[in-house]
Amino acid sequence: MELLSNLALGFQTAVTPANLLYCLAGALLGTLIGVLPGIGPVQTIAILLPTTFALPPISALIMLAGIYYGAQYGGSTTSILVNVPGEASAVVTCLDGHQMARQGRAGAALTIAALGSFVAGSFATLVLAVLAVPLSELAFKFGPAEYFSLMVFGLIGSVVLASGSTLKAVGMILLGLLLGMVGTDITSGTPRFTFGVTELADGIGFVSLAMGLFGISDIINSLEKREKRDILKSKLTGFWLSRSDLKAAMPAALRGTLSGSLLGILPGGGAILASFTAYMFEKKISKHPESFGKGNICGVAAPESANNAAAQTSFVPLLTLGIPPNVVLAMMAGAMMIHGIQPGPRVISSNPDLFWGVIVSMWVGNVILVLLNLPLVGIWVRLLSVPYRLLYPAILLFCCIGLYSVNNNTFDIGLTALCGLLGVVFHKLECEPAPLILGFVLGPMMEENLRRGMLLSRGDPSVFFTRPLSLAFLLMACAMLIAVTLPSIRGKREQAFKEG
Amino acid sequence: MRTRHPKDTYAGLLFILFGLAAMGFSTPLRIGNAAKMGPGYFPFALGAVLSLLGAVILVQSVLRAKGEQARPALQVKPVVLVLSSVVVFSQVLQPLGLLLSTVILVIVASMASHEFRWKEALLNAAVLVVIVVAVFVFFLDSQLPVWPAFLIERT
Repeated sequence: MELLSNLALGFQTAVTPANLLYCLAGALLGTLIGVLPGIGPVQTIAILLPTTFALPPISALIMLAGIYYGAQYGGSTTSILVNVPGEASAVVTCLDGHQMARQGRAGAALTIAALGSFVAGSFATLVLAVLAVPLSELAFKFGPAEYFSLMVFGLIGSVVLASGSTLKAVGMILLGLLLGMVGTDITSGTPRFTFGVTELADGIGFVSLAMGLFGISDIINSLEKREKRDILKSKLTGFWLSRSDLKAAMPAALRGTLSGSLLGILPGGGAILASFTAYMFEKKISKHPESFGKGNICGVAAPESANNAAAQTSFVPLLTLGIPPNVVLAMMAGAMMIHGIQPGPRVISSNPDLFWGVIVSMWVGNVILVLLNLPLVGIWVRLLSVPYRLLYPAILLFCCIGLYSVNNNTFDIGLTALCGLLGVVFHKLECEPAPLILGFVLGPMMEENLRRGMLLSRGDPSVFFTRPLSLAFLLMACAMLIAVTLPSIRGKREQAFKEG
Repeated sequence: MRTRHPKDTYAGLLFILFGLAAMGFSTPLRIGNAAKMGPGYFPFALGAVLSLLGAVILVQSVLRAKGEQARPALQVKPVVLVLSSVVVFSQVLQPLGLLLSTVILVIVASMASHEFRWKEALLNAAVLVVIVVAVFVFFLDSQLPVWPAFLIERT
């Protein structure tokens, strides 16, 4: 019953005219930017974050959440219509979704993607609401040692599931942790790595780093490629699903929802892993595995539901433990901190209206999206035909203006250019920037917990191995690291990434 | 010695460089001890681990015989033009104001594309000026300087 009263509180906060408007605006803007090929949720949040600065924290978070799943929806629309996934988690949707579109069933593919996502989103929001209170209570029992080990576990998890070299990904984490050290040390007040630059006293701006590494360097990388886009020219019709479609797709959507909800909670999990797993599973249990990749509706329903469910449940570790499980949630964590909210177990008790308001708004956002996305699909398609050469200067411009409005200074814009250059170098060397962002967000917290833990144990590092929970986290991190370096699993992992 | 995996080799070198730099810049800070860590302790440790890891990646990339990576190729034009459009924007925004800065950014950035055409870029700039003014000046009422500073001083 406590759950019901909590949700009621959430509805009171989320369903005010102003907040509904922000939710709508966020969902629309998120879809608008997310639908552009090659722009995933991370880039979308980076570009749109500054539009929320003027809002009070609750409205800003509601709008951000709207942007977040708007971007997820937008990505699947692009996959189906253009065969260019806007984000990694929509890669598998391309396989069957675009085939359906070529067979003239784009409408049905979009409908099942929207419906599946809605079902999944609703269920996952409920999972989030149910798990939030007990998990945040558990988090209060954590000492600094547990927190430190949990962060190690989370960081390693993100590495294991990233594609490419594990060692390089660990290096990127360390680099991110180091970049997080720039600025004034909280404990002693000493400036670190600021080189006398006053603008760096508060550290490297999160928005600058994220926009540089993801926004600007992505633009440069896309300019180097001369890709041809395969846009669907035929008219979109037939949004209604036939009875047989529904009968085939609904169970797949439900299975996707369940596996997605579970995988979203795990560190390093989230939407990408969920959609891959759901697709593989459907293919495995299907009576006609050969029809996958040729426009099987289950191949759209399952991964789309799974990635939306995971997108939602990956808020669980962020909101209850303060640990972002993947890079998109690291963006959300960074965004929350800019609005003065430190994500973690304290949010739920100190700002219950904010917490439950945001959760309810997630569900409201899903309703809005399912209502709006299909009627507006025509607009999104037209947007896709705007040539990239006109689009990227606009994206750059909005990034720059947004950056200026963070602190009303031009230093952040220059810093972003520098991060953009760094991003290009990383791309050339096949170093993924996602673990770096995760390390950057967790860096200061990790240091503080390490310091406190060691202070309490009077400098004895065994405290991390003798407390059972802490030991468990560290062992799991080790197990994951060993697992990826084993040749047999390594081969499978590479194969899984190749299939996408 | 020639490396077969230049991307890994350079990445290793980059990590070593960053790691050593972090260690170097941490030493003037108070390091402290394990029980009472100073501001330099954690960054120094991170730098040490990072440079070690970089060394491992470097050695592996040179020794591993299997496979071969393509040499990373950099196209200079998009990097220089896109980054300079951003830097120039940051420099001219306050003296020249939003309108002129927008035009400059859009044109410099558009030049990075291999399909650049003056007419199209100018048209795009004009459209974006209208959008930006509508959104940021009228709708969001932001603190951006709109007109060039020298015009405002005269009036």
